Amino acid sequence: MTVDRPGHIVLEQVTQRFALPREGREFTAVQDVSFDVGGGEFVSIVGPSGCGKSTLLALVAGLVPVTAGRISLDGRPVDGVTPRLGFVFQRDALFPWKTVAENVGLPLLFRGVAAAAARPRVAEWIARIGLGGFEHYHPHQLSGGMRKRVALAMTMVYEPQIVLMDEPFGALDVQTRNLMENDLLDLWAQFRRTVVFVTHDLEEAIALSDRIVVMTASPGRVKSVYEIGLPRPRSVTEIRFHPDFGRLYETIWKDLKDEVRLGYERSRHGLPG
Amino acid sequence: MATSAAATVSRAEIRLWRAGLLGAFLALWEVATRRAWVDPFFVSQPTVLGAQIFDWVRSGFIVRHLLVTMQETIIGFVLGTLLGVAVGFAFARWQTLAHVFVPLMVALNAMPRVVLAPLFILWFGLGLLSKVVMVISLVFFVVFFSTYTGIREVDRDLVNNARILGASPRHMIRHVLLPSALTWIFASLRTSVGFALIGAVVGEYLGAHEGMGYVISYAESMFNATGVLAGLLVLMAAVIAIDLGLKRLDARFSYWKPIAK
Repeated sequence: MTVDRPGHIVLEQVTQRFALPREGREFTAVQDVSFDVGGGEFVSIVGPSGCGKSTLLALVAGLVPVTAGRISLDGRPVDGVTPRLGFVFQRDALFPWKTVAENVGLPLLFRGVAAAAARPRVAEWIARIGLGGFEHYHPHQLSGGMRKRVALAMTMVYEPQIVLMDEPFGALDVQTRNLMENDLLDLWAQFRRTVVFVTHDLEEAIALSDRIVVMTASPGRVKSVYEIGLPRPRSVTEIRFHPDFGRLYETIWKDLKDEVRLGYERSRHGLPG
Repeated sequence: MATSAAATVSRAEIRLWRAGLLGAFLALWEVATRRAWVDPFFVSQPTVLGAQIFDWVRSGFIVRHLLVTMQETIIGFVLGTLLGVAVGFAFARWQTLAHVFVPLMVALNAMPRVVLAPLFILWFGLGLLSKVVMVISLVFFVVFFSTYTGIREVDRDLVNNARILGASPRHMIRHVLLPSALTWIFASLRTSVGFALIGAVVGEYLGAHEGMGYVISYAESMFNATGVLAGLLVLMAAVIAIDLGLKRLDARFSYWKPIAK
């Protein structure tokens, strides 16, 4: 929770409501959410499905304006999309009509970086994600894990100070997922960007994060915040055998399980909030 | 195993079936008219039809008329498509425009153009212009609606991702909206080509000095079933040729799409 690095995020009393015109009422996705993320910190948000985790990321990214409250990045209030921020979507959101190299280079093109200057940076990132030789492939020709790595390179190539990740590995098989999580930790250790990572998988959250924010069932509020404090560098496959891992899991799960049950009951009865 | 073997009929086998059915149909037609089960005055005869088309091609008669029809079709098709894409884009871009004019578009599109054709001839004369307008009136709506839908149905995640990655409004059109709408536009082009030709032919049929519609209309007025059917066959061949061309173009432009399974 140091403020010395850039990429400091502060949320104060953030509330987000959506109008449900057909039902003639409002739906509160998140309510009075306050927490902050230090520059270079890795924070995960966990909570039952439908608790507004993804909404929270969209708000921080400036994709959607907040209904009430304040979000600021390094002291500047968020009022739209900022170029210092990266977002890895739940689905890969690659541009299917562009090749791997074109996808990775797209943010540089958008930023007006000359092609000659962009080329080595794109090549460097393609090599880093291990997709050398696949530059001219289109996304549909790649496996799910490869597409995810392209999405990651596309985000990292312009070196954003803050990276938001919305259940990025949810659709991958367990082995690929663990490899990707380790890759992500390596990248994070190397570049030290602020990461806000949304997941419903508590094990994943513990293995990756410095801190975990637990959200309540909808409307999403902050229920509690946990310091993880497991030693780094970590390997996600091995950190699970650390004596503190089980203890942390048990403590946080106790907190989370009532919310998960509540979220499940509500979704079963079709009650959104 | 048995089901999969049964399901995968080879291409050659399918072609054989098609050729066989067509051959059987033509043979039946020929025999039925020769034995006078059916009067060839009403339905003509395959061999006579073949001879007629051969004769038309050799004398250059059909080429001249086909070129006239093609000219009207292509001019109308290109203008109608450009107009449809442009208006579709404008409507998707400026929502107010869409709110005001979409009901009007739907209403206009509901008007049967075939009935309007005489009016177009009255307004724009017996020549090229009235046919081009007729073609535009058919092509425009097909292309407009698919462009409009194509852009509105763009994957929200892609639009959001482009925003995050720093796309300007112009980047958004060039790199996200246009490529994504192109699939829809191409799908509609293949439908509208048929419409374009119909528009031109109907226009000619109702009033013209030349073109395939005129040829058919003239043959009809002479109670010449052979002339009518031969004209239709030539038109059919033209549509198939254009469609094949567009299919190639479509494949070129959607190289990024996996083959539908």
